[in-house]
Amino acid sequence: MSLDSPKEPAIELVGIDKKFGTVHANKNINLTVAKGSIHGIIGENGAGKSTLMSILYGFYQADHGEIRISGKPVTIRDSQTAIAAGIGMVHQHFMLVENFTVLENVMLGAEGGQLLAKGVASARKELKRLEDDYGLEVDPDAVIEELPVGNQQRVEILKALYRGAEILILDEPTGVLTPAEADHLFKVLRVLRDQGKTIILITHKLREIMAITDTVSVMRRGEMVATRKTAETTVEELAELMVGRRVLLRVEKGAANPGAVLMSVRNLTVKDSRGVTMVDNVSFDVRAGEIVGIAGVAGNGQSELLEAIAGIRKPSSGEILIDGKPVAGLDPAGLRDLGLAHIPEDRHHMGLVLKFEEYENSILGYHHDAKYGRGPFLDLDAMRKDAEEKIAKYDIRPPNPRLRTANFSGGNQQKIVVAREIERDPKMLIIGQPTRGVDIGAIEFIHKRIIEMRDAGKAVLLVSVELDEIRSLSDRILVMFAGKVVGEKSGEAGEQTLGLMMAGIAA
Amino acid sequence: MSTVSVPLPAWINYGLIPLLNLILAFFFSGLVVWGIGENPFEALQLLLIGALGRGEGIGFTLFYTTSFIFTGLSVAVAIHAGLFNIGSEGQAYLGGLGAALVALAMDSYVPWYVTMPFAVIGAALFGAACAAIPAWLQAKRGSHIVITTIMFNFIVSSLMNYVLVRVLIVPGKMAPETRTFLPGGQLPKLDWLIAMFGGKIGAAPLNFSFLIALIMCFLVWVLIWRTKLGYEMRTLGISPTAASYAGIRYSKIVMITMLISGGLAGMMALNPVMGASARLQIEFVGGAGFVGIAVSLMGRNHPAGIVLAALLFGILYQGGAELSFDMPSITRDMIVVIQGMVILFAGALEYMLRPAVVRLYQQLTGK
Repeated sequence: MSLDSPKEPAIELVGIDKKFGTVHANKNINLTVAKGSIHGIIGENGAGKSTLMSILYGFYQADHGEIRISGKPVTIRDSQTAIAAGIGMVHQHFMLVENFTVLENVMLGAEGGQLLAKGVASARKELKRLEDDYGLEVDPDAVIEELPVGNQQRVEILKALYRGAEILILDEPTGVLTPAEADHLFKVLRVLRDQGKTIILITHKLREIMAITDTVSVMRRGEMVATRKTAETTVEELAELMVGRRVLLRVEKGAANPGAVLMSVRNLTVKDSRGVTMVDNVSFDVRAGEIVGIAGVAGNGQSELLEAIAGIRKPSSGEILIDGKPVAGLDPAGLRDLGLAHIPEDRHHMGLVLKFEEYENSILGYHHDAKYGRGPFLDLDAMRKDAEEKIAKYDIRPPNPRLRTANFSGGNQQKIVVAREIERDPKMLIIGQPTRGVDIGAIEFIHKRIIEMRDAGKAVLLVSVELDEIRSLSDRILVMFAGKVVGEKSGEAGEQTLGLMMAGIAA
Repeated sequence: MSTVSVPLPAWINYGLIPLLNLILAFFFSGLVVWGIGENPFEALQLLLIGALGRGEGIGFTLFYTTSFIFTGLSVAVAIHAGLFNIGSEGQAYLGGLGAALVALAMDSYVPWYVTMPFAVIGAALFGAACAAIPAWLQAKRGSHIVITTIMFNFIVSSLMNYVLVRVLIVPGKMAPETRTFLPGGQLPKLDWLIAMFGGKIGAAPLNFSFLIALIMCFLVWVLIWRTKLGYEMRTLGISPTAASYAGIRYSKIVMITMLISGGLAGMMALNPVMGASARLQIEFVGGAGFVGIAVSLMGRNHPAGIVLAALLFGILYQGGAELSFDMPSITRDMIVVIQGMVILFAGALEYMLRPAVVRLYQQLTGK
């Protein structure tokens, strides 16, 4: 449980070193994880956590260094050998066959023989035992796509345990969970630990580290900079270790000074491609100089609402007004011309073209602007110069506009999007999940920019599943549940109140 | 262990790996040649000498190359917007009708250089028209472009049969072809180009359309990497969701891309119709549209790569013809087998050797 405990180590990493070209992803990493403990690994995006875990799980091989499992040196060539060594991984993005049942997913790749029947029977028995031992309740015959996200994650854990994992690696496990689901996950993890399993938890959320881990290691720029007993450290210390300097964890902002209504949504209803109503008769206003936050558990219509306002998705009824004028029929390009900027929820699929070089992404959506080229032609020099200015102003690293966007860390990718949308000086800004998968240093930076936009008299609409983020940034909070706005609170509303509204309990 | 993410220098990616693939293709072709009792080294020598040994051979090689550049560009432009146009064959065929109508209308009145620009436009328009309906069906109705373009190959084939047998045939003749164009409807041979290197063009049909093909390479490069339209096409091709976020209209880009793609395929017809045979003949495309898919794939959809890949296929076509002439036991079908090997190793199995090369590279550089 603690650094100097007599417990034997489950995993020892000795002098792990890994380079990708010129990028030194892991520098001489030493790490000891005690058996039967929950060990947190935190660090900013790009600090090398994922690389280290990929080495441990056999996706990459270290250039130097040794991995020891229960004291014995092992070579982990691929995920098969990792599983054989008792290491199981729960990925951030689930690796499940959506239209298979829980049972089928659990036994996939471990069917045991040519005929299914025997394997099915023994898998069912084993699944029952795992359920009883660890309290991981899931209906084995439920189809994955019909399960809530929290249960899907449970299936991932069951998959690892079914394959005999003694060591579980969880990569950002709470990113997709509601607060209640996260609490339940933590309960499960504690049970697993108490039964002797070893758990490595990778996260950038300091609160989770404090809530559940026994020991925590901090990575920064490819190095393991510190290991602490969780009980003996503080959030402030960890944040400072991660970033390498003192960090403001609270957003500082003055009172809002709302002006005229810039953006109105009237009785908006949006259906998804299957015809299911995702946004149900929603109305609200956003004024100049205020931030309106939309809270809600993911999947309650926020994404569709944002896409409708941005002109990407056609509403089936209702109106969106900008400066009092209806904008039905305008596409995203037309709305940009009216001064609406959009930082999308999903930077990988919407905000950026990952295969493009950085400077190409820094004009996406604004490529018809006069300063990026004349007539039908693009002015590559002007584009690169403009990109370099944004890189300098937003401290995007590495500062190379010719680098492929996929090679930037999540935080820096998000900064590319934020810089592009804010530097155009829009009148209105709609933002989805501004800091999803973004490291602390960048979160602080992005939050400051959003407050600056408000103070400069812009109308800001913010959607986030991070309740903390909504509460610390918003002047007014709307809560969405099942496609409806179920209530409005001031920015000072308590977490409890909002949490109940998000769950659809108290309106 | 994953080697996909390991970056390699450009000379390995674009030089060494394609070369190794090519060597492998020739190795297995050699096995086939050996299997039927001929000497593979002798065969390779005959192939290369046949394609590159004399001025006339080079002239034929570059003639085939010209057709493949056009169809390769056609496929590549569509791929950049995420569209797989396998109808270049039919688009080129219909393009031939466009070129022929212009030549027939103008050849008795004006010299070739007046006819040429109209013929280029005519060929491109007819090729684009052939791509327009599949494009519209994809853009507005979601019918898959692969299915519709391949269907159009058959439609065009039947249409051209009708036109050549019933409409454009010279009265009293048996051959389904138009009359021979006068010099005003022909593209001049590039005998001076071969002469510059000390060769004689002989009977080789290398003609002015080779230069048009090279100009199109440059224009396609400008289009894809230097214009806003090309930027929108690439965005749509890589990430349709990012394109919709950016306000890039799907149906508009699909239409424009396919019209350009069809136009480029149509221009291929200039080479055989106005350059070589000086008349529109049945089945004149002869599979060049499908070779264009392999050329585009091998050339990584980049004009420079397409020129090199088209040249390679030009060499195989011309050298193969010579080879089957000199070694009677190696038939035309054998040549198709060898071409198939090249497509298999250099196109379809493009990345087969990459992991091994990466490991070797890492060992040698000590990383």
